[in-house]
Amino acid sequence: MSKNKDISSTAVNPDGIPPEGPGPEGREPLTLVTVRQGMFSESGDTSGYGGLVKHIEMPGPTDRPYGSWFDGVVDVLEELLGDKAGAAIQSVVVDRDELTLYIAREHLLEVATHLRNDQDLRFEMCLGVSGVHYPADAGNELHAVYPMQSITHNRRLRLEVAVPEADPHIPSLTSVYPANNWHERETWDFFGIIFDGHPSLARIEMPDDWQGHPQRKDYPLGGIPVEYKGAEIPSPDQRRQYR
Amino acid sequence: MSAQDIPRATGAFVDDDGIPEYNAYGADWSDIAAEATRLGQQRIVVNMGPQHPSTHGVLRVMLEIEGETVTEARAGIGYLHTGIEKNMEYRTWTQGVTFCTRMDYVASMFQEVGYCLAVEKLLGITDDIPERASVLRVLMMELTRIGSHLVAVGTGGNEMGATTVMTTAFMGREDTFRIIELITGLRTNNGYIRPGGVALDAPEGAVEAIRAMIPEVKARLDELAHLQLENPIFKGRLKGIATLNLATCMALGITGPMLRATGLPYDLRKSEPYCGYETYDFQVPTSTDADAYSRVVLRMEEMYESLKIVEQCADKLEALGPGPVMVADKKIAWPAQLSLGADGQGNSLEHIKEIMGTSMEALIHHFKLVTEGFRVPAGQVYTAIEQPKGVLGVHLVSDGGTKPWRAHFRDPGFNHLQALSIMCEGGQMADVVVAIASIDFVLGGVDR
Repeated sequence: MSKNKDISSTAVNPDGIPPEGPGPEGREPLTLVTVRQGMFSESGDTSGYGGLVKHIEMPGPTDRPYGSWFDGVVDVLEELLGDKAGAAIQSVVVDRDELTLYIAREHLLEVATHLRNDQDLRFEMCLGVSGVHYPADAGNELHAVYPMQSITHNRRLRLEVAVPEADPHIPSLTSVYPANNWHERETWDFFGIIFDGHPSLARIEMPDDWQGHPQRKDYPLGGIPVEYKGAEIPSPDQRRQYR
Repeated sequence: MSAQDIPRATGAFVDDDGIPEYNAYGADWSDIAAEATRLGQQRIVVNMGPQHPSTHGVLRVMLEIEGETVTEARAGIGYLHTGIEKNMEYRTWTQGVTFCTRMDYVASMFQEVGYCLAVEKLLGITDDIPERASVLRVLMMELTRIGSHLVAVGTGGNEMGATTVMTTAFMGREDTFRIIELITGLRTNNGYIRPGGVALDAPEGAVEAIRAMIPEVKARLDELAHLQLENPIFKGRLKGIATLNLATCMALGITGPMLRATGLPYDLRKSEPYCGYETYDFQVPTSTDADAYSRVVLRMEEMYESLKIVEQCADKLEALGPGPVMVADKKIAWPAQLSLGADGQGNSLEHIKEIMGTSMEALIHHFKLVTEGFRVPAGQVYTAIEQPKGVLGVHLVSDGGTKPWRAHFRDPGFNHLQALSIMCEGGQMADVVVAIASIDFVLGGVDR
């Protein structure tokens, strides 16, 4: 991780209020994280801000130059992909000194193969896959995030693939990175993303006969209300919470 | 003893009624062996666990055996899944520490540091962390590393029948816990590292206590080394067992001592220093034998290196003198420094006096920050740190609110357990236990 800081893109303003509307520095927003209403969750918003609606968005695409070694890596990858580069790399985001490549799922396997095999890229390890659920982001509800690690060049980047909830298919990376086997099973288990071509996409943490995918946002946390000195405290996901 | 007689939640282990099934309850092995001989079954599947003392928690291993040779091995996990990651989405950024520390409970400080580094990166305050806080973090991590490696070596010995190895290792671990308890107030699951710094400063006498602890732990390590490393039985059980070469480690994403045992000196403390590791003088031990024995040797050597770092931490704490251990930004820093009183850890008396007696604004500020928490700008980060078992990755997504939108921990044990099959297949049944011990995982971290 380089020490030079470029957090200008993080849009931290003095009040710590998250950015609204168009992304930071006028960048087109990429992912709608959530639409937030009022100050508190559920009912009982006594703050007077109950009608407030905020669109929370992830930092949008970055323009060249990306800085650091990022340009070089994207150049090499674009060269290797040739004509397909435009379709494969949907956008490039540099945020908080980290490089994220948004990849179209049809091209994920090819991108991963290049990242692993090319001597100028050489990301030997994929540290698994982490799912994220953005229910408000219509058509791109489910995201799979692949952290890549290059030991040769001592670099780190991230691939992100977004798919709709109605068609949650992503090609499996196990043929390129066998280590992703269990990680993909975990992401299937928790988020319901189907990794096509996985040798045995079974549940891994939840019991085999479990219904649903627990880490999706519409899946309740569960829990029971607790009585304490006559008052009833609702379970954590039912409590009134700050937004 | 047939499958039909045994009540189960999710059905029989084997669906086919025609296949005989046995349950071993201890001291009945000869009966089972006699029955199996009578039936003349060729293919035997042994289900080891989930409750088995050598599985470091609740791990289920399915072994297909031919005589004493393992022909196929599969690990089944999920018995300790507690939904920590989901729970963290319903708590403030500060409360998240209390949850993630309980993942790999043998190396709890590492989840705390990895998580806090990620939160700080999201906030953009990585460079504002006071140096004293970073030194305390390094001190805690290295003490925990020693503790974790001692558990790995100690329980590994115990599983092969050498109880003395375990008791000696646990006594050494207890010495490190005494320092951790002196500083944090708790032995494990400390919740000590907080976004922005640490919960409280080291008390008076801590540096002296650290200096007094070092020779004691060193003596324990020497004792362990003498007990094990040249012991012919120990060498016979571990040398050339459960080997994994560099190519396999790369393919399976294996890091930590298992990777370094193949000769690659990959250690994130050196390659991507965090918490000021670049200012400490230590070596990264490696070996080229790539077997269970070399991993034990590496863990022993790493503990000596960690002691060197602990010593340097004591020097630094003394040289730095008293100072802040929490970031200066009052909108992020926990409003009160905790203090250790006669009745345990709590808010310092001066702080209580101020918020209850003299300053209404201070009380409001305290209340807002403790109940509501601070907001983190929207975005995502990934931080990776060198945990005793390998690379611990933390993926955090913020929606700009007071709670994480998503927190994902890439526990090294989860990843490494995938290698169990390749380490065991073709080997002896008795070596499965050695392979499990040499991976060194904790199911709390694996299942989360």
